[in-house]
Amino acid sequence: MTFPLYDNGLLSGLFLGVLFGYALEAAGFGSARRLTGQFLLTDWSVFKVMFTAVIVAAFGLWLFQLAGWMRPGSYYVPTLLLYGTFLGGALIGIGFMLGGYCPGTSAVGLASGRIDALVFMIGMVAGSAVYAMVFDWIRPLALATAGPQGWTLPQLLGVSDIVVIAGLAVIAFLGWKLGTAVERRFGGPYTAQKVLTELDGVEPRPGTDLGRVQPAE
Amino acid sequence: MDAQPRPFWNPLAAGALLGVALLATFVITGHGLGASGFFARTAAWLSALVAPDWAASNGYFAPFLRGGNPLASWISWEIVGVVIGAFLGATAAGRFRLGIERGPSITAGSRLLWALAGGVLVGFGARLAQGCTSGVGLSGSAALAVAGFVFLAGFFVAGFATAHFTRRLWQ
Repeated sequence: MTFPLYDNGLLSGLFLGVLFGYALEAAGFGSARRLTGQFLLTDWSVFKVMFTAVIVAAFGLWLFQLAGWMRPGSYYVPTLLLYGTFLGGALIGIGFMLGGYCPGTSAVGLASGRIDALVFMIGMVAGSAVYAMVFDWIRPLALATAGPQGWTLPQLLGVSDIVVIAGLAVIAFLGWKLGTAVERRFGGPYTAQKVLTELDGVEPRPGTDLGRVQPAE
Repeated sequence: MDAQPRPFWNPLAAGALLGVALLATFVITGHGLGASGFFARTAAWLSALVAPDWAASNGYFAPFLRGGNPLASWISWEIVGVVIGAFLGATAAGRFRLGIERGPSITAGSRLLWALAGGVLVGFGARLAQGCTSGVGLSGSAALAVAGFVFLAGFFVAGFATAHFTRRLWQ
């Protein structure tokens, strides 16, 4: 059997979306404070979860190709834009710190009962419309690419995929250790109990140790 | 007081499940997971309702509208699935609660205004980057795309640079 199946139907979207949403919620990514805690250094879950997922999926794709179940180039690889990729990522970083979410996690926030996530979504629709309004002006800049279509890190560095994946694993391991040490120093990471107890801007009760790392975690 | 919520999963377990979901998406669909495309399609759909002539002649929205309803797309079903999956997980673990999440030193009104402003920046930025944290950052990096890592660099640099000025919203 060869993959990908290229099934982009309703059931494919629903099923994979359910898995995606369940995983993000389990990670605690329906909480704006847990998410933004990444850049306030109190909660490194964004880094940890994201790097773990990238390495698992990249390793899986490598295995599928090694086994001959999937051809290289048979799946979508985004193209690096000269300005758009970095500037767009930076705007999302700023908007994330102001608003508390990114697009996918705002859907998780809404599904966890957060009204702020719904308002954030309305903002994203408006922001997309603003982009469409100025698109004709910025089109040449926005669509300018750097390097070939679907450029990959192994092509750029001239090494095989598995070397890049191993390098990512080393970076993830070191970042994980650093993050765990730093978040403890800042009193994190956020627990589900702390997030919900303080949901509507409630002051943490003095003398409690909500949010402290539990040894079992 | 409500029953105690169950703790979040540890990041290794949640990340592994997310990675399996992402791998399954590549294997089944030929592309990764996404999110911002749904909000762009919603904007195209709304524009076609409110200002049909403008939307049909707009350089960015016109291609979305040519194939009929812009919301009839895999990414829409995926986002519906995300909401269902997250809702099931949150309710099963006692983590669903209606409210406005914010730090103790900001009012609900300001929090919502900042949420709106942040959403506008994210919506614009995701069009500029041709995807968001899910589509380019997560899925692109899993495909080992240079774009994925450049996106994450922009996201992390700007996030850390903004953190000091936004602390009061959250702490």
